[in-house]
Amino acid sequence: MSRIKVELKKKDVDTIKEICKSFDNNPGELINVLHKSQHTFGYLPAEIQEVVAIELNVPLAKVYGVVTFYSFFSMVPKGKHPVSICTGTACYVRGAENVLAEFKKELKIDVGETTADGMFSISCLRCVGACGLAPVVMVGDKTYGRVSPEMVKDIIKEYEE
Amino acid sequence: MMETVILTIDQKKVEVPKGTSILKAAHTVGIEIPTLCYMDLGDLNIEHKPGGCRVCVVEVQGRRNLAPSCATEVTQGMVINTHSIRVLNARKTVVELILSDHPKDCLTCPKSGNCDLQNMAIKMGIREIHNQDIAEMSTYRMDFSPAIVRDINKCIMCRRCETMCNDFQTVGALSAINRGFMSVVAPAFEMDLEDSTCTYCGQCVAVCPTGALTEVDNTNRLIRDLANPAKTVIVQTAPAVRAALGEMFDLEAGTLVTGKMTAALRRMGFKYIFDTDFAADLTILEEGAELLDRISRHLKGDRSVKLPILTSCCPGWVNFFESQFTDMLDIPSTARSPQQMFGSIAKTYFADKIGVKREDLVVVSIMPCLAKKYECTRDEFKVNGNPDVDYSVSTRELASLIKQANIDFHSLPDEEFDLPMGESSGAGVIFGATGGVIEAAVRTAYELFTRKKLESVDFKALRGMEGIREATLDFDGTPIKIGIAHGLGKARQLLEDIRSGKSQFHAIEIMACPGGCIGGGGQPLHHGNFEILKKRMEAIYREDKNKPIRKSHENPYIIKLYEEFLGKPLSEKSHKLLHTHYVDKRKRIIYI
Repeated sequence: MSRIKVELKKKDVDTIKEICKSFDNNPGELINVLHKSQHTFGYLPAEIQEVVAIELNVPLAKVYGVVTFYSFFSMVPKGKHPVSICTGTACYVRGAENVLAEFKKELKIDVGETTADGMFSISCLRCVGACGLAPVVMVGDKTYGRVSPEMVKDIIKEYEE
Repeated sequence: MMETVILTIDQKKVEVPKGTSILKAAHTVGIEIPTLCYMDLGDLNIEHKPGGCRVCVVEVQGRRNLAPSCATEVTQGMVINTHSIRVLNARKTVVELILSDHPKDCLTCPKSGNCDLQNMAIKMGIREIHNQDIAEMSTYRMDFSPAIVRDINKCIMCRRCETMCNDFQTVGALSAINRGFMSVVAPAFEMDLEDSTCTYCGQCVAVCPTGALTEVDNTNRLIRDLANPAKTVIVQTAPAVRAALGEMFDLEAGTLVTGKMTAALRRMGFKYIFDTDFAADLTILEEGAELLDRISRHLKGDRSVKLPILTSCCPGWVNFFESQFTDMLDIPSTARSPQQMFGSIAKTYFADKIGVKREDLVVVSIMPCLAKKYECTRDEFKVNGNPDVDYSVSTRELASLIKQANIDFHSLPDEEFDLPMGESSGAGVIFGATGGVIEAAVRTAYELFTRKKLESVDFKALRGMEGIREATLDFDGTPIKIGIAHGLGKARQLLEDIRSGKSQFHAIEIMACPGGCIGGGGQPLHHGNFEILKKRMEAIYREDKNKPIRKSHENPYIIKLYEEFLGKPLSEKSHKLLHTHYVDKRKRIIYI
């Protein structure tokens, strides 16, 4: 797994410790602690996971196991315009996979990655509750319905600076 | 009275306590349901039943889907069929699916012939795997550490290793990572095992059903060295090996094969067959002297003395405290392990005696342990890059070598170790069982401390299988408090009690593996059956009892070694050759 090395500042370490403390450093609250940490920092690099592991007294391997199990958690910072492709059942049967492939081809990144310029990242999600519009793509907070692979280029263009 | 449940399994009436699993209920009437991910370590109080593989499914009348028997509790009046056509088809499909993305290099896989998955494929009569041509294969890299090899493309996610590493040993090096097809067990960030908190105790290897986790195989290297006329190859064998090796040749657990093992090694071509027990006696003299020094100073009121003193023979345990109890690095004895003391003396004192240059002397150790493979690679145990012990092979590897050499183990005569480094006392032998090191130390320390002869050398209070044991011994009026732990989870408990001041001991023995070295990660697999461990333990104490010398300091060749070479325990030469220091490994693991 490719990994971004981050130098945590003391202030950041204190923030993580604070988050852990707000959950009484309870190992059972690992997922909540990770949620809040990701909300605060935008993503969960290895260094943050290490602080969480020490503070909650949970093996580092286990923290990493949880982070890699839930697609919500990310070890790389999301792009300025995070692209989320719904691969829930309805979207999937209506061709979400082809749409995803097109985004990967156009942006030259894989799911869970971010473009080198930090503009775009791709993630998959499972159902946004708009199955009538399948396949659905979200860019930031904006939703696109009935997306076809041909539309992908234009969607990206909207956000290029 | 315990509440019971009556049910029917394969037309047989079964009555079992409420809460029993279908798997165990079936077992009580002799019906063995096949399992794969399931692991019952009986006496270790670990029952691993993730219900993940679905091989143990059975049909329950009135239930829509098949039930995993390991994780389903029996209910009153249940009617179960463990081999209906539906069950057999499901099982076969499950095994086929597991095999579909499993590497097919069975013929050359290190686990071949000893693989639960292979055995299951045989049992299920798998002859083809449907859609093999379109099956995707996972592509994780291999990870070679000094002791353990990980080929996790062979991981079937039974997660047994995770249970041993996290729940039993509390090492926390392994966890299930990723999701779905990509999920495997690995260290954090998929780092190398060497960079993780792994202690190389090998308990994961001991329970892995496939070739995903195996030991570093040194057998070919050894065969090459034995064939090299420029090399003098000598061997040391650890005490626990002789109590378990016989199992690899279908002998009953607990059969002592010291003489046959020695004969086999001689036929394989080793120049000198020596005994790690000799070095164990040496360890006792050094560690015992250190223990006495610390206790005497402590009793005199010297508050700078740190107590308890912790044994340092077990490399898994050393790795554990170097990465998890870094605030206590100054408490363990500085004495090297017997393996390393042996190597150090072999490549100085003995090499001089036989006139062989250090570089031309190959010191091989036969160990019940995988961490020993790592231990001998440590920089502290090298002189100008040449290791004191060149490499270590496990009990399992030795059995394989004997078979490769076409030696008929059963017809071998009983032979003796060579001198001088093959002579040992009974105290050296019992190093192989939990409590043995401290008992050996006490036999010597008592006489040195009280200046009186010890009449009975058997300290039964120190023996047994309890995870944590305590005993207070009477040193002629001075009470000496001893603590013993085996299994790193138990060691952690004991250490935390010491750290918090809850427990106070003079000396503590810790072994990383269940039962001590007899349950080591390099031993024939015992599958958690403590009866086997107990029989190995009895064998060790039997050998001790039959030794004419029972105390380390009475070993004549140890006495001679001090006279001719070392001077006295804790001398400058001893410090240089027989003692070591410990490093804080957290720095390597932690980024902040």
